[in-house]
Amino acid sequence: MEGEAGDFTVSLVKRPKYVIEDKCTGCGTCTEYCPIQYPDQFNQEISKNKAIHIYYSQAIPLVAYIDDSCRYLKDKTCTACQGVCQNDAIDFSQKPEKIEIKVGAIILSPGLEPFDPKVKKEYRYGEFENVITSMDYERLLSSTGPYEGEVLRASDKKHPHKIAWIQCVGSRQVTEGGNSYCSAVCCTYSQKQVILTKDHDPEAECVLFHNDIRSYGKDFERYYERTENLPGVRFIRSYVTIVREDPETKNVTIRYSTPDEGVKEEEFEMVVLSIGLNPPADAQGIAEKYGIELTSHQFCKVNPGNPIETNNSGIFISGAFQGPVDIPESVFSASGAGSQCGELLDYRRGNLSKERIYPSEIDLSHEEPKIGVFVCHCGANIGRIVNVPEVVEYVLTLPNVVHAQDAIFACATNSAKQITDTIKEKGLNRVVVAACSPRTLEPLFRDTLREAGINQYYYQMANIREHNSWVHSKEPKEATEKAKDIIRMSVARASHLKPLQEFDLPVNKAALVVGGGIAGMTNALSIAKQGHEVYLLEKDSELGGMARRIHTTLEGLDVQAYLDDLIRKVYKHPFIHVYTDASIQEATGYVGNFVTKVKSGYRVMEIKHGAVVIAIGADLYTPTEYLYGEDDRVMTHLELDEHIAEGDEKVTGAESIVMIQCVGCRQEDRDYCSRICCSESIKNALKLKEINPEMDIYILFRDIRTYGLKEDFYREAAGKDIRFIRYEEDVKPEVEPGESDEGRPVLKVTLPDYVLGKKLEIDADIVALAAAVLPSEETKEIAGLFKVTLSPDGFFKEAHVKLRPVEFGTDGVYLCGTAHYPKFISETVSQAYGAAGRVLTLLSRDTVVASGAICEVDENKCLSCGACIAACTYGAISFRMTEQGRRAYVNPVLCKGDGLCNTKCLTGAIQLKHFTDKGLLSEIDAVTATA
Amino acid sequence: MCTGRVDPAHILRAFSNGVDGVFIGGCRLGECNYITQGNYHALNLVLLFRKILEHIGVNPERLRIDFMSGSEGNVYVEVVNNFINKVKELGPLGKSEGIDEELLKLKMQALTQLVPYLRVMGSERLRVKLGSARQEYEDYYASEGLDKLFRELIADKLSISEIMLLLRERPLSSGEMSETLGLTPSEISRYLHTSARHGLVRYVDNRWRLALA
Repeated sequence: MEGEAGDFTVSLVKRPKYVIEDKCTGCGTCTEYCPIQYPDQFNQEISKNKAIHIYYSQAIPLVAYIDDSCRYLKDKTCTACQGVCQNDAIDFSQKPEKIEIKVGAIILSPGLEPFDPKVKKEYRYGEFENVITSMDYERLLSSTGPYEGEVLRASDKKHPHKIAWIQCVGSRQVTEGGNSYCSAVCCTYSQKQVILTKDHDPEAECVLFHNDIRSYGKDFERYYERTENLPGVRFIRSYVTIVREDPETKNVTIRYSTPDEGVKEEEFEMVVLSIGLNPPADAQGIAEKYGIELTSHQFCKVNPGNPIETNNSGIFISGAFQGPVDIPESVFSASGAGSQCGELLDYRRGNLSKERIYPSEIDLSHEEPKIGVFVCHCGANIGRIVNVPEVVEYVLTLPNVVHAQDAIFACATNSAKQITDTIKEKGLNRVVVAACSPRTLEPLFRDTLREAGINQYYYQMANIREHNSWVHSKEPKEATEKAKDIIRMSVARASHLKPLQEFDLPVNKAALVVGGGIAGMTNALSIAKQGHEVYLLEKDSELGGMARRIHTTLEGLDVQAYLDDLIRKVYKHPFIHVYTDASIQEATGYVGNFVTKVKSGYRVMEIKHGAVVIAIGADLYTPTEYLYGEDDRVMTHLELDEHIAEGDEKVTGAESIVMIQCVGCRQEDRDYCSRICCSESIKNALKLKEINPEMDIYILFRDIRTYGLKEDFYREAAGKDIRFIRYEEDVKPEVEPGESDEGRPVLKVTLPDYVLGKKLEIDADIVALAAAVLPSEETKEIAGLFKVTLSPDGFFKEAHVKLRPVEFGTDGVYLCGTAHYPKFISETVSQAYGAAGRVLTLLSRDTVVASGAICEVDENKCLSCGACIAACTYGAISFRMTEQGRRAYVNPVLCKGDGLCNTKCLTGAIQLKHFTDKGLLSEIDAVTATA
Repeated sequence: MCTGRVDPAHILRAFSNGVDGVFIGGCRLGECNYITQGNYHALNLVLLFRKILEHIGVNPERLRIDFMSGSEGNVYVEVVNNFINKVKELGPLGKSEGIDEELLKLKMQALTQLVPYLRVMGSERLRVKLGSARQEYEDYYASEGLDKLFRELIADKLSISEIMLLLRERPLSSGEMSETLGLTPSEISRYLHTSARHGLVRYVDNRWRLALA
């Protein structure tokens, strides 16, 4: 890599696939004929693959490649694949290719490396056959895995019925070969594996040996409880030793201890090591190449105020290179990196894009259906099983079919061109291609219609590969008949297809950001820096939100200085309009075209905007327990932070402080973990120790959840003699005023000590409560205004907890910060950038396209009952006044075409276009005609 | 399009055309591709429909719904093979249940007329809280409370619809109708009483037979 931000030159070496990507259709025939078997890398080398293969079934691009085990590449003795490939896609002459590309910004997403348990001999991985890693187990559980979803033991290929998981393998270890940090994802992924195991085999006995259970993520606490409550599942808090393997049964014995029973041994049929996350394999090499700094753990060194940027301008990172992170954090850091590139390169956005021009569309709606059918051989994939010529003959006898022919590969460039030519030549007005799944190629075939000037919705696909030849390879005769059935259905439906228009709606280029805390401000700035007007609303009279009360972070960020700087940037930016003392009175509109009525002070104004970002933050629980509010020596951790910052003698000079964790959460009525409190308490504890090393500090916890790299601070705290004492949910500590032995007035904190098995009494001058983070009071109101939904715990509910963590199901509405779920400042910043990235994806376009296959109301049939409105979670249907009175109306931009409303409509007034009752019933009739 | 788009009319059309089994495959519950959770609605529809099939004397096992993800080809194969074997075991529709072909046709026709009504009942009255576990749906549809509701809301309507269809062909005595439909004479007269009161039927032939009004 050379150059600087805005103008990098990157040289890449592209290794040869020995397959021409443009020609390979991913049909898989070559893999079948390849004689070389070698361990399948994707399936953890548990099963075999071939020298030529597609990496895995969802690979993009879905094309084959040849690896080093190939016989031709070794000694030129085999060219089987070349012989069977009907599209001449194999090219052994390919050489490594040097490519030079010029880019303005670089995003490093090298991911992670799973921890290799072989470096720690005591786990016996590779030695005992039935000790496997969680990655191995993940593949075993998968239906595309080595045994097609059957969990089998390596030793005897039998189903294990008693399985143990060992947590923290390679994580939270300071011994040789281990990582000192917590890998952040293993507790929950192991629980997932337990649940899936029980799905596979309800009788299975699952035992999870763990340290703290760190279910700190959104909905993770419920997930933990669900797993723990499954029959036959035991969670045991214990360190373990893998003792021996039975030479006969190959079962593995584990030694562990429990407080009640002491040291025990137990035999398992399989042991899964919950391995942690290592930094990417060549982190050092990456760092040198891109001039970035690494931490001592070999992750990228990040700025806690912007965990996406590196020390080298123009180079950003996303995902697990930041340190161990779960999927949602990876996803929003990726969007965020996109947004930061946008800030840098916005001035040349869209310069490389080309618009495609199609011939204008001919109106064929008045014509009788004239259907052309193209039956694909897919090389040998279909042709070898299905008698294609016979099918073509048959298709010609079907009603409305005026043309039918076969094609070796219908998707090949020349065949696609031929479809276009045939449409014009024969005057076809409907096209059916009988080939593969519409998932990959439907867009390509729709294009052949557009190129011929006819509406793309006149296209219908018949899947005779996945649904037929692939699954009936041993029954060619029946498969040929089934191909006829499938095509007959498609032809029937094709006759009912209507031309549909996808139409464009203009997008208002401004954004509204609700909430002026760190999330809202960061988000607003990133959007504004990419050339969009932003209206930033804050309910208080000042910007800053909850962060105004926080002074430092565990990593040492000076929050107040950071906040001042951020506020100044927001006020200075010409595109950001800040409204304080603001409240929303009314919100209407939809993606690209919202109108929101805002009151700020005495002014009321109407803001038009294309996107909304909800960043209203969270509230803090006001404890009713532990004498909070009755005794001023009892305070929340946020108040403690404030007292420390003020240098309050009563706090900094205290002899003894007790911190109680999980106050107001992880309990029946608030069934979630507030995620940040363990680290907050440790932060305050370390700070206090720094000021006053003599102070006795006790942290009473249930599980310490210093996930990821924060684990190091937990270790530091324990090393500095801060005492951690565990309590159980059902026996909470008690706090009452009293006197110490020396007659000092103190708070007496009592709780059982599970290690020593007796009652503990601690004298405290201060009791700090880790009070829960609660959804903001305004959550419900804002959710109602913008028609978005809430999670069971009352936080906003994103569109998908893992894959779409900053969007809502409702288009054009985005989410970031603690309104989504409690999180740290650096996570908030990352998510705020992530939301900005998604907002830009919308606002940088001039229009939003509405699909043609959406619902429509026949106003003559509508009874105005509202059943469809109730069924639509997208809020796409509403009443509007027509000449006939009140009728349901579908907003075409919001409708996603799922069609649920159709089945709620008494009169059939609402119909999903392209999937109409007529069309679907004609398919049913066509397939049941012989029944 | 979503499984939630599957309409009672679609299922009925298939059975009316004489198929021996209908299978509906949807996304895993709780993993809706949309956010509408249409698969739960489909589950509800199927359970209601199975109740109806049972009521008209057709084995409810002929209709099945199962949920799987796109990557679970193995699950799909297992479920479909299992279903096909079941349907083969059951034999041809109607015949193996001992229902006369004409009567089955009439019953299907009566049901078809009730489709709009079924849509409303399925989404308004006979349903479980959206997003409950499959078992809760199954339990609800196996409960006595549901049986009572079903009788009141669906079974009676269906019988009246059947009677009307019979009478559309020619006037009949209640004895004749009771024999054809397999209902007791007292049930028939209860329905007829209501229908007569609503002016839908009238007595002819010296009050011996009934005809459509």
